[in-house]
Amino acid sequence: MNGPLSVVTIVAALVLAAWYLLRSALDRAPSRYDLLAAAALSALVAVLMLIALVALFGDSRPSDTVTFIGYLITTIAFTPVAAYLARLEPTRWGSLILGVACLVIPVLVLRLQQIASVTGA
Amino acid sequence: MPEASTRPRDAALGSGLGRVLLLVYGVFALSASARALVQITTKFGEAPLAYLLSAFAGLVYISATVGLAIGGVRGRLIALVSCSIELLGVLVVGVLTVADAGDFPDDTVWSHFGSGYGYVPLVLPFIGLWWIWRHRPRPA
Repeated sequence: MNGPLSVVTIVAALVLAAWYLLRSALDRAPSRYDLLAAAALSALVAVLMLIALVALFGDSRPSDTVTFIGYLITTIAFTPVAAYLARLEPTRWGSLILGVACLVIPVLVLRLQQIASVTGA
Repeated sequence: MPEASTRPRDAALGSGLGRVLLLVYGVFALSASARALVQITTKFGEAPLAYLLSAFAGLVYISATVGLAIGGVRGRLIALVSCSIELLGVLVVGVLTVADAGDFPDDTVWSHFGSGYGYVPLVLPFIGLWWIWRHRPRPA
């Protein structure tokens, strides 16, 4: 959970967030490529979550497993839901939806790292 | 760009900026209720008042999300009531926690005006109420 992939995910989400917020500020609806980028981020997040899920069966199981799994499910579902809403909203507000989602992803990943770091009894 | 200006006045409450609010309210509905659920099921005895307040905040966010999603006269009323309670809640709990932390041993979404959530809980009801007010029914 604390590997380089987490850092890559957080940086990618923040870069995309800046881009989407700029698009929204310029009154641009999400383009096809914007939605594809959101899909790519979803895939990246999904890989990260799968690795975290596999690690659950290893030695360093977080003490608060239920909360951890709750965050896992939320994180993996979050970007796809936001992308779906953004597709329904072909205006500047669609870009804002993607921007907000990309700001929430780093928070979720950091919370997951926090929970994962508390292991044992 | 023409999009903003051509948006009809009677457009649904849950479209445009409303759809952004829908996402943000949904996030808070989920996080506040999940947090309350964990608090109540694992350590309810420690601070019953704070945890019940957590659960209440979760319900308020859920109803605000539902109100925005269904729209219309009824949805607007639900969202209006929820956002008003939310504003009152964040202000009252914010003042209480800043003035005397002793009564709230454990944090809720609204503690310290939502500082644990980047003060978003403080700003959100203002945006929500403004949006609902902008969408008040007008005579044709």
